[in-house]
Order: sequence, then structure tokens, then C-alpha cells
Amino acid sequence: MRSPEHVELVRNNPDLPPVAVIDRRPMTPGKKLIFAVIGLVAAVAWALVAFVRGEAVNGAYFVVAAVGTYVVAYRFYARLIEYKVVRPRDDRATPAEEHENGRDFAPTDRRVLFGHHFAAIAGAGPLVGPVLAAQMGYLPGTLWIIIGAVLAGCVQDYLVLWLSTRRRGRSLGQMIRDEMGRVGGAAGLIGVFVIMIIILAVLALVVVNALAESPWGVFSVGMTIPIALFMGVYLRFIRPGRVSEVSVIGVVLLVLAIVAGGWVADTTWGAEMFTLEPVTVAWLIVGYGFLASVLPVWLLLAPRDYLSTFMKVGTIVLLAIGVLIAQPAVQAPAVSSFAIEGNGPAFAGSLFPFLFITIACGALSGFHALISSGTSPKLVEKESQLRLIGYGGMLTESFVAIMALVTAISIDQHLYFTMNAPGSLTGGDPATAADYVNGLGLGGTPATAADIQGAADAVGEESIVSRTGGAPTLAFGMSQILGSFLGGAGMQAFWYHFAIMFEALFILTTVDAGTRVARFMLSDTLGNLGGPLRKFRDPSWRVGAWICSIVVCGLWGAILLMGVTDPLGGINSLFPLFGIANQLLAAMALALVTVVVVKKGYLKWAWIPAVPLVWDLAVTMTASYQKIFSPEPSLGFWANHNAFREAREAGETSFGTAADTAAMDAVIRNTFLQGTLSIVFALLVLTVALVALWVCVKAIRAGGLPTSEEPDSQSAMFAPSSLVPTDAEREVAAQWTAYYEENPDKLRTGTHA
Amino acid sequence: MSSHPVAGRTADGGGVLAVVRRGWRALAWYVTGVLGESDYPRYVAHLRRVHPDAAVPTAREYWRDRYAEQDANPGARCC
Repeated sequence: MRSPEHVELVRNNPDLPPVAVIDRRPMTPGKKLIFAVIGLVAAVAWALVAFVRGEAVNGAYFVVAAVGTYVVAYRFYARLIEYKVVRPRDDRATPAEEHENGRDFAPTDRRVLFGHHFAAIAGAGPLVGPVLAAQMGYLPGTLWIIIGAVLAGCVQDYLVLWLSTRRRGRSLGQMIRDEMGRVGGAAGLIGVFVIMIIILAVLALVVVNALAESPWGVFSVGMTIPIALFMGVYLRFIRPGRVSEVSVIGVVLLVLAIVAGGWVADTTWGAEMFTLEPVTVAWLIVGYGFLASVLPVWLLLAPRDYLSTFMKVGTIVLLAIGVLIAQPAVQAPAVSSFAIEGNGPAFAGSLFPFLFITIACGALSGFHALISSGTSPKLVEKESQLRLIGYGGMLTESFVAIMALVTAISIDQHLYFTMNAPGSLTGGDPATAADYVNGLGLGGTPATAADIQGAADAVGEESIVSRTGGAPTLAFGMSQILGSFLGGAGMQAFWYHFAIMFEALFILTTVDAGTRVARFMLSDTLGNLGGPLRKFRDPSWRVGAWICSIVVCGLWGAILLMGVTDPLGGINSLFPLFGIANQLLAAMALALVTVVVVKKGYLKWAWIPAVPLVWDLAVTMTASYQKIFSPEPSLGFWANHNAFREAREAGETSFGTAADTAAMDAVIRNTFLQGTLSIVFALLVLTVALVALWVCVKAIRAGGLPTSEEPDSQSAMFAPSSLVPTDAEREVAAQWTAYYEENPDKLRTGTHA
Repeated sequence: MSSHPVAGRTADGGGVLAVVRRGWRALAWYVTGVLGESDYPRYVAHLRRVHPDAAVPTAREYWRDRYAEQDANPGARCC
């Protein structure tokens, strides 16, 4: 071992090998050189991305700039957080070791847990947000995805994971109640529930927009249900536990379903049967969500989850390889006029705050706090591994977001806006859409109706005009990138539907699981009210489960239908609400972390969670303020509401983009609901933030306060902390291997060096 | 015991075949770990070590219980 005088081996039991390695060795000159080179390469890539203008910007520069920054941030900033805030103690047993039951509490190899955690946090969010944000140009999105992840998103994930690991894997809501009292806890609980509903609705809306009027998409995504049912039956009755085997079968069937979708959509009966109106698709998804939340997990949810994990990792790897091989040229400007004037067609509002709202997942996603508390803390072997799982997991998601952004900005700008502007602007057919996008002043060659129709034909769709929601745009970009080296133009339609399929698969898995979680939250809350409602606490009471499922599906279904039928275009008013909701959840999580850091007396380092918290509050509160108080009808919900109401009261029969009184009434209703939700979100978070501030002041006055951290218990196992074990860790691991060879009865199930 | 092949580095001969075999085993170890397939052997190993007298469930029983548990305690998936 190199310079052993700086390495301390910690033993809890003199008869056992060491349980922790405290390594204070300075970096070797070789390593310093490597990091210097990585930093330099990243800096050069950043310079190319930020300053080179014109045709030459290459999509691969973004990937290099991102990865270089991640490596440096992980090595230095995450390490600082580890030293100053987390202060991991590997002589302490984690919940997985202390409460090991071989089931939900089980020490799990860090690399496996990393994959597990990543699969749980990554979904459609990091793919959709950056695509919409591409309307502002490539630079703002790139900066926010990378810097936001490094300073905010990863910090949140890492520190929430840390809090939950020191508290037996308690959930975010419980931790807020424990640390901030009942008022903060109640606001947190209601906040989580409302946010969950809006997230489900918006994600479902993305699927509706991708599947409506697309017989190919409807058929292949619809086929995922029988495939999942088959997998469920296979796992239960034919070969229990053969998860990877059935997943491979499922993926093969899935690919067949995509190919078959093309055949079916080509027949007259297929086109007739599977070309569905948006409202029909919406009702089908609501019905599906209800069924999925009351059917047993083994039949539908678990097999879908396996498929989703497989497809997720596979597609992300495929896209990364695609971007690096195809090296698409960037078509978008660095900063578009929409960023400054705030009049973009995909979503309204200027760069600050709406860019930071639109890209939530991939930079800072509050939803991760729900995932980071709960499952992963019950599986981690050592506290020092949390950096890899929490910080590293979120860096990976940020990388996914960067690739989605590269995909979107490499699409021809005229086609991008053809797809992302609502139907009220494009007029819905290629000729009017061409006129509209040519009037945007995008530069480059103007688009013709034939170009637009040609693009639709290339991906096997009837039309690409106003296919909003982000998923079709990403699929279109992916089909170009993957088609350029895998199968050529002939395969473009396959890749397009492949991308639609995996996005829909992620989202529907989130919808299944989210509806179920929300249902349980509702029944728990009702049960806790006491009286005759106490019955709701019994999870096996089927009537209660049905009632709660209907309520939850009704809530998100209503918002979904509202979005689908919105004369103003649905996604552009709802997606900001989704972003705000997600970021507000992040504010709650960061407030909790800041409170605990202050209570523990690490005041000097409280800026680590406080800086992202203050930034996030500034973003979300400005966005909420503008959404509530802006006099600009395209931005402010209430301004729009009042404008339409006045027009209606004045007896007008059409107003703005609403062609008749029914459409006007729809706008009045929708803006009322959206405006009310904005107010509720803002108030809930302000409550949590104020309670957090109050607890912090109390803690500072008292010079620190006790936290709800569990008492120490001594560890009796060892596991390396980094991805690649150090020489010191290898030596200790070898001692444990020798020890287990002598005492085979002591061998732990999850212990791997 | 699901001791995985990466750290094992046992000298199972040289040659391309051994490398491929090791690579395949490492991949299988990883995939079954992430998907949760190796949870059953892990549970059985845990039972044998900590509760040697307890009855060991069959794979079928284990997975039934496990999905029933998931039914009662759903986990969220992210957006």
C-alpha cells in the first residue's frame, strides 16, 4: 500500500478485520495530471459550445463538456460535501446492515445499487423538459442542466439520501414532520400529494399528444399491456423468479410490436381502428391508470417495471452512442429571441424563471427526494457510498438530459417549431404551418409544405404539425440520429416509433406506480382522520382501495382532459405547472436538508444546501408570481381568465384562439383551475420554507438542536466506497475474504469487495 | 453464495474463452442484481445464516410474498 501513514483502519471489534478505511492520502501526481487534463478538455469543449457561432457547433462537444464537468464536480465538489456535511462514518452500521432481513433491508453491492437507484430516478422527465427548453436556444439549457445538476440536483439527491439513511430509510414526508413539526409536516404531506397529481396529469398528457392520431403508436404502445400481462403470468405460474429471462422475452416481443405497428397502420382496418382522437386516448389512459392501481402488482405493474428498466438503460446507451457516432450538427441558435422576449410557442415566459422551470428533471428534480428517501437507504452498505449513489446517480440523469437537448437542437429549426407550436398557431396542416414557421424569423432555408409532409412521411406518421409535448420531437430527433448510422432512412420510421414506445413505457410505468402511491397516501390520510374513516387504513379493504383509486384517477384525469381539450394548447400551460410543482418539491427537500445541517451545528457549511434552496425558491416564487399576477394573458392564468370572462360577459362568441363560446368557457374553467393550483403550490411551499427558517433560527440561537437521527450502532462488515476500490480498500477486503474463509458461517449475503 | 465474479478474479485459466465467460458472468451478476432476480438467493442465504431453523420458502412462495408486499407498500417511480 502506498504511504500507509495517511490511512487509518477502523475496527469495532478486535477479533474482526477493519470495518472502515479512512484515507487521508493526498492525490498522486499522476491523478492530479489526469484531472487537470479532464478539466482542460472540458474547458475547451465549453469554450466551443459557448463561443463558436455558425454551422460548426458539433453535438459531441456538449457530451464532452458535460462529462468533463461531471468528473471534476464528482471528484471535488461532491468530496467537499462529503467532508463537510455528510461526514460519513463507515464504522456505523447502515440500516441495511443493522436491520438486515434479506428483503427490504439488505446490504447491496454499490454498483448494483447505483443501477437500481438510477433506474428508479430516471424517467421521461429528463427527456421531455430539455426538448421544450430548446426553443430558447442551446446555451441556456446546456448551462442549466450541467451547473444545476452539479450545484443543486445532485446535492439534493445526495443529502436527502444521507438523511434517510441515518433515519432507517424514512420517507421525505415523515422526515419533514420529525424535523420541522406538525405544521411543516402537514404542508409537506399535502404538497407531495397535490404535486403527485399534477405530475401524473402532465406526464399522461405527453403520452396523449404522442399517441393521438398515430395508429402505429397506439398499436405498439397498446401491445405493451398484453406483453406485460403475459410476463406477469409467466413469472407467477411458469417460471417464478426468472426476471431477466422474461424481460428478454418481453423486449423481443416489444420490438416485434413496434414492427407490427407499422404493418397494422398500413392496413385500412388498422388505420381505422387505431387512429384515435386525443380525448379517446386520454380516457383510455385514465382507465388504464385505474386498472393498474387496483390490479395485483405481479400481473401488470412489476413486469412493466422490468421492461421499463431494460428499455431505459438500453435506449439511453443507444442514444449516447448515437450522438457520439453521428455527431449531429447543431441547428438551433445559442440563444433565441424567445428566451429574451418570453413569447415562445412551446411555452410562454422569459428565460428567468421559465427555463429553470421547464428543465426540472435533469437539473433539479424534487421528485427524486421521494425516491432517495425510502428504498435506496435500506440497501446501502456504507455511508461513504452515498456519494456514488446519490450524487453520481443524479449526474447520470443530467447526462441523459444533455443528450435529449442535443437531440432536440440538432433538428431543423423550422421542423422543431412546426412540431412544438400549438395547433392554434400552426393551423394544423403543412401549408399553414410552413407559413407560420417561416414568419418566425428563424433564419436558414424556409420550410415548404412539402418539407413538412416529407418529414412526417419519413417517420411513418400522418402529420407532424403541432405534435406538442416533447416526446414526438425527441423521437423525431432520435430517428434522425439513429437512422443516420443504423439502417438509414428506411429505418427512420422504426426508430421514431421505438422512441415513442419507450417514452410511453416510462411514463405509463410512472402513472401506474404514481397512482398507486397517491392512492395509499390518500387512504392513509383518510384513515388517520379517525371515526368511521379509520377503515381506510386497512390496505386489504378492497372497497377503500377502489374508492381511493377512483378519486386519484379522477383528479389527475380531470386535469389531463382539461389539458387535452384546452383551446390554448394544453401542454404550454400545464408543463410550467408541472415544472413548478417539481421544483417546489425540491424546495421542500432542500429546506429539510438545510434545517438538519443547521441543527447539527454545521452552520458554516449550511450554504451547500441553502444556495440551491434560495435559488430554487427565487425561481419558483417568481414563476408562481408571474403565473398568478402577470397582466399578460399568455403568461398569467388570472389575466387570461379575466380577459375571457369579460369577453364572455360582453356577449362575444369568439375570443383569441377560442372559436366558440364552449371553447371560451373551457378557457375560463382551465385558467381558474391552473391559477388556483399555482396559488396552492406557492402557499404550501412558503409554509414549509417559513417553518424551516423558524426552526433554523431556533437552532442557531440554541447553538444546535437534536435531530431525529437514529443512534449509532456498530458495523461488523466492510465494503469499499468508490466505484473502483483503492489499494487500501482491496487489502481490507482481502482480510475479510480470509476471515470469511475461516468462518464460513459468518459470511454475509451482500458482502462483496 | 452469490459471490460475484469481478472481484473473484480466480485463475480459471487464460484464453479468450475464460475472459468471455468471466465477462458473461459479471454481466449476469449485474443484470440480475439490478432487476432484483438475485433477491431470492440472497434471502435464502440470509435465512440460512441468521435463522438456520426457519423453513426456506420456494422461489414460487418467495415471489408471491414479495409481490404481495409490494402490493401493500408501493414505491414511486420517477418522472
